[in-house]
Amino acid sequence: MTQKLVVIGAGMASGRVLEHLFEAEAGFDVTLFNAEERGNYNRIMLSPVLSGEKTYEDIVTHDAEWYEANNVTCHFGTHVTAIDRAAKTVTSTKGTVAYDKLLIATGSAPFIIPVEGKDLPGVITYRDLDDTNAMIEASKSGGKAVVIGGGLLGLEAAAGLAERGMDVTVLHLMGHLMERQLDEAAGFLLRRDLEKRGITVKCRASTAAILGTDRVEGVLLEDNEGLEADLVVMAVGIRPETRLATDAGLEVARGIEVGAQLQTSDPDIFAVGECVEFDGQLFGLVAPLYDQAKVLANTLMDVPAVFTPKELSTKLKVTGCDLFSAGDFASGEGREDIVFRDPARGVYRRLVIEDDVIVGAVMYGDTADGNWFFGLIRDKTDISEMRDTVIFGPAYQGGAPSDPLSAVAALPRDAEICGCNGICKGEIEDAIAAGATDIGALRSQTKASASCGTCTGLVEQVLAVTLGDDFVLPTAQPICGCTEMTHEDVRRMIKSQELKSLPAVWQACDWKTPCGCHVCRPALNYYLLSDWPLDYEDDPQSRFVNERKHANIQKDGTFSVVPRMWGGITTPDELRAIADAADKFAVPTVKVTGGQRIDLLGVKNEDLPAIWDDLNKAGMVSGHAYSKGLRTVKTCVGTDHCRFGTQDSTGLGIQLEKALWGSWTPHKLKLAVSGCPRNCAEATCKDIGIVCVDSGYQISIGGAAGMDVRETSLLCQVPTEKEVMDVVKAVTQSYRENAKYLDRIYKWMDKVGLEWIQEQITDLDTRAALVERFDLSQTIYRKDPWAQHVAKPDPYEPLATLTLEAAE
Amino acid sequence: MSNWIDIAALDDVPQRGARLVKTLHGCVAVFRTAGDEVFALDNACPHKNGPLADGIVHGKAVTCPLHNWVISLETGQAQGADEGQVTTYPAKISEGRIMLDADFLQQRSVA
Repeated sequence: MTQKLVVIGAGMASGRVLEHLFEAEAGFDVTLFNAEERGNYNRIMLSPVLSGEKTYEDIVTHDAEWYEANNVTCHFGTHVTAIDRAAKTVTSTKGTVAYDKLLIATGSAPFIIPVEGKDLPGVITYRDLDDTNAMIEASKSGGKAVVIGGGLLGLEAAAGLAERGMDVTVLHLMGHLMERQLDEAAGFLLRRDLEKRGITVKCRASTAAILGTDRVEGVLLEDNEGLEADLVVMAVGIRPETRLATDAGLEVARGIEVGAQLQTSDPDIFAVGECVEFDGQLFGLVAPLYDQAKVLANTLMDVPAVFTPKELSTKLKVTGCDLFSAGDFASGEGREDIVFRDPARGVYRRLVIEDDVIVGAVMYGDTADGNWFFGLIRDKTDISEMRDTVIFGPAYQGGAPSDPLSAVAALPRDAEICGCNGICKGEIEDAIAAGATDIGALRSQTKASASCGTCTGLVEQVLAVTLGDDFVLPTAQPICGCTEMTHEDVRRMIKSQELKSLPAVWQACDWKTPCGCHVCRPALNYYLLSDWPLDYEDDPQSRFVNERKHANIQKDGTFSVVPRMWGGITTPDELRAIADAADKFAVPTVKVTGGQRIDLLGVKNEDLPAIWDDLNKAGMVSGHAYSKGLRTVKTCVGTDHCRFGTQDSTGLGIQLEKALWGSWTPHKLKLAVSGCPRNCAEATCKDIGIVCVDSGYQISIGGAAGMDVRETSLLCQVPTEKEVMDVVKAVTQSYRENAKYLDRIYKWMDKVGLEWIQEQITDLDTRAALVERFDLSQTIYRKDPWAQHVAKPDPYEPLATLTLEAAE
Repeated sequence: MSNWIDIAALDDVPQRGARLVKTLHGCVAVFRTAGDEVFALDNACPHKNGPLADGIVHGKAVTCPLHNWVISLETGQAQGADEGQVTTYPAKISEGRIMLDADFLQQRSVA
């Protein structure tokens, strides 16, 4: 007989229970209540949603189809108000339903510190999607945010808000951040990294009151310091949500008390997740919740199962802050420490040892070996044999070489890889043997790396170790069907083997086709001319038509012609020449572009040299509106006219365009210079943007406003125009030398990291060398291609013109 | 009986490149491969009439510049998953000159 299972709360724990039940076809008729207006989503991933790296759609675990397929009756946005244990019914705002078995999964509620002003508009907590959306909305108008609480959740909120442009201060009651997971030294490194992102951290800061009349205006600390705030996020902790259970007369301590089968004091009522208390313990991380879910599903299906809490490890989901902590790392009698520090790299490792067993580990900066240490803690491994080298990680044990993969190869089968889902290396290996040979398949079959995602790299390494040569990292695709080699491989070959022609590359890299294809030839041509500017001669036949004909092909085979307007400045004479050309060549469309210049659309192939000649004679050159190269430098009028301007933005833009034009880059390159932070030239969505301030120039990179929209990241601030020129040339050259063909700067930056780029340009010797190489390349390429083609117009003319008479 | 006419010198078309021959009934693209073979095809991709002469020539194929259809120069057929046919015309090299067959070009106007 089908039993009626009523579930209160659609979170990650109850979601996992349902998955187990449906997979086992346990035959429950499920009714699901959720106070939120939606079903189960991956709550751990709210931080990436807040920071903008993911969207809600990316983190949905169960969509409407899933519920429908499993015949779940859903009541979302519906509060359950009472449980009647005698009648075995649940009453909600929508009516009463009966149950055979009831599952309480009400999760937790944020702890609100009882201070004046806690209910003001603008004070929010951080638990669910609505909170996340409220923060995203609040961050749109910028301003100042105060985050109360320097634990996992508070710091993820702070990093997300800072990423979205708010001026963020974190208040933390204790002496260092994340004191439950980190020791003081790691807490310091974390603080330093957060401060580098512009987040202010105040420790030993106790909140006295939240100030404001109609909405929040500030925070007052116990020591009477006042902080302005447009948004206050309270993230001081959570407490189990137990009100329903208490009202129903179930046994409740801090959480709803359950036994090892997750049964409450009523045999037909179960509880799972953050709302439960087992053996005096509460649970806030996802791994034990998933363990509970498995045990509970088995219990419901009458399969014997026992829940036992395990050692836990923690990671922070803030990009660029790698920390790992596990076990107990308090110092004490009989405990010894092994500490490793590399201050230059910001790496810190500390192991706490008791009786030759590691009982705690804290790592910061390089956490790749975290799971190995976690295994040693969990298994209580005797480390006396390897004590001298244990701090360096698995790669240094047993004389094995320091290959990054050997660390993973050395892990035993029961080593945990995915902490969230409790997936061991052995389970992943088995799934691989059963045919799951890529990360996507592994994720769907084992759930490894499917929750918080921080172990994706590890799972890939297990794939690599298990499959050996058959494994191809998803990021390392060959350029095209002509070769097995990746862009990076080929570029390395071009430099190290001094390959200076297309045939040399094809030969040395074992190309499978005689002369490449439309995918690889433009890439190779770019790499060669960028790496060997003096030796390699550009091959027009390996270029896309736009770069071969120096005009943009249109859908009807005509072309568009865009002359350069330096920094967006033109003259009446230039405008007259453009108007005359448009008349003379019957140009059907004249359009002003987003890059501050004029586009003549619909010019016939054979007219191109003649129209260029006319424009050349009026002093204009190609605008390279068609190139993977410098496009435009957009400017505002700056100090010339604007009452807010702080520097000569137009003049600087013109200087930059005159220095950079004609250069080829992996993808198009757009710049802008704004004369003040009002940013009228929209510099912060360009590949390279300069915002002038009173004290100098803020140079930022990696913006985009196309298929992806991205704000630039600050590279550096410099005091003089000369330094702007050098930094921009150096960044451009580094991008030219290192990026994959067709990667814009933001994609390149995502791969190498902003910090690496900063190192390139802050080291003055490296910067000067980059500038020198850029200038050398420009001696070849800073030339007007239109003038060159006007002199040799043959390719634009027909090879022959046949009339029928002539043919006869 | 072929009716070959002399169009131009082979070197007037770059290797891995193409040039156009205008006729009263539209343009024919004359391609030259890296191996110095010549092919003549209608200058219109079967997909959206893209100008094939502006494409990248690789092996004995050309990639249309509009949407990257790859067309065989030998057969005029679209390669890979795409389906379509471009009309081809006899072409040859004779003593360093490119020759096209006038009869075929004329039939084209009738078709």
